Amino acid sequence: MRLFFAAFAAFIVAACAGPQVRGTGDLGLVIERASGQVTLVDTSVRQPYARVAGLGDLSHASAVYSRDGRYAFVFGRDGGLTKVDLLEGRIVKRVIQAGNAIGGSISQDGRIVVAQNYTPGGIKAFDAETLELLAEVPAEYAPGKFSKVVGLADAPGNQFAYALFDGGEIWVSDFSDPRRPVTRRFPAGSQPYDGLVTPDGRYFLAGLFGEDGVALLDLWQPDKGARKILENYGRGQEKLPVFKMPHLRGWSVAQGKAYLPAIGRHEVLVVDTASWKEVGRIPVRGQPVFVIARPDGRQVWVNFAFPDNGKLDVIDTLAGRVVKAFEPGKGILHMEFAPRGEHVWLSARDDNRVLIYDTATFGKLGEIAADSPSGIFFTSRAHRIGF
Amino acid sequence: MSRIEFGLIALLAAGNTLAGEPPPARQKELVHLVRQDCGSCHGMTLQGGLGPALLPANLQDKPAEGLVATIIGGRPGTPMPPWNQFVSEDEARWIVDKLMTGFPP
Ligand code: HEC
Repeated sequence: MRLFFAAFAAFIVAACAGPQVRGTGDLGLVIERASGQVTLVDTSVRQPYARVAGLGDLSHASAVYSRDGRYAFVFGRDGGLTKVDLLEGRIVKRVIQAGNAIGGSISQDGRIVVAQNYTPGGIKAFDAETLELLAEVPAEYAPGKFSKVVGLADAPGNQFAYALFDGGEIWVSDFSDPRRPVTRRFPAGSQPYDGLVTPDGRYFLAGLFGEDGVALLDLWQPDKGARKILENYGRGQEKLPVFKMPHLRGWSVAQGKAYLPAIGRHEVLVVDTASWKEVGRIPVRGQPVFVIARPDGRQVWVNFAFPDNGKLDVIDTLAGRVVKAFEPGKGILHMEFAPRGEHVWLSARDDNRVLIYDTATFGKLGEIAADSPSGIFFTSRAHRIGF
Repeated sequence: MSRIEFGLIALLAAGNTLAGEPPPARQKELVHLVRQDCGSCHGMTLQGGLGPALLPANLQDKPAEGLVATIIGGRPGTPMPPWNQFVSEDEARWIVDKLMTGFPP
């Protein structure tokens, strides 16, 4: 009996000293753009639990997750691609993959991480395990002319869809053979600024800056080519200046509709995702940047470009209008919902805080200190198509 | 040259440089504006993004007045918006001067 107790005590001590056994479904990270570090957070207790430094220039950084939710792949502005272990709170591997990067994505099977780059313009595919370079697709849209790549998103079949800002095209690269991607090109329109894949993985949308409209490609029927929706939504009226480019992602789709930022108009455009016809537009208090549906689709939260970047508007999708307008802080750059949407985390860059709000009562639940926070990324993204 | 004339010239010269230099508190605001809000297109480190790099090496051969005009009026047909609601011409001149010589952190 005494021997048993001794063994049991030894087991307890070993268990305490070793890594804690836990899942990753409620973890996430906050990018701290000024200091090149990420803060790891636990969304169940709504607290940070580790800081990881040494990720380089994180202005405009974004992250995607391995399918087990353990590793984050962080894409930095300086072309750095960093693999962070959320459980051990450390960098596993870091490579400088380009001169100037804008984001990235991960394949359906989780084995290929793809970075999209401004210079040199194109995409690069890496082995998710080792970050070894597998293949490159330079965005050479005309002989000797390379485009900045925007809007990269994963689609079923280990495909990636993206748009060429300078080339005015949508490209779809099939990485079924990771070392030999096959790319198809589709004319899209003038100056695509970002893109999204719908949550079902079927459609790629590219928002256009150089003309009123959005290019739509049916990935199930690519032979039909890209067509334009929301054409001429500005009705020829003069555009308001755009002090920051909007961001698109599959979170725009809610309740059979897509809620998309207008360019140069203080409106959210509403499109039916069956007919792809405009079914409404909702006035908001600035140039929308992020238009993000709560996971259940009942609400859509909107933040804004400079100089309105302290404001947030919440649209009720049943009422079809803004039901809550408030100013939670200074420089609200990003928002991320808890996996099932009961609370939302907001980065208030100029307050050096991340704010946590209840989405039912709009009451503030808490805040955490962070150095110039920008993007917030939860592991629930690991299981969403197009993230 | 009379003493009065000399004094006047000195005064004008001093006035001139003062007109071009925003007060320190405003300089801080402008640095924040450029790094954070211009940074969303040009990069926080100004090494470029959707907009081109704004480092001394990229700008040295460009006439300063043209760059000031770009900041104030924007470049129609490109994403570069006009900033005249938020910065005066003198402030834009100060920004360009700092961009060309190395922008403060
Ligand atoms: C929404 C994106 C965006 C923002 C925000 C932005 N710019 Fe630009 N800027 C551009 C683009 C794109 C160009 C290149 C235009 C072209 O193709 O000629 C440019 C060009 C310039 C140029 C000319 C560079 C050259 O080499 O000729 C200067 C100077 C400049 N911007 C300064 C600024 C400053 C200062 C701010 C903030 C007060 C700012 N920009 C904010 C997108 C932006």
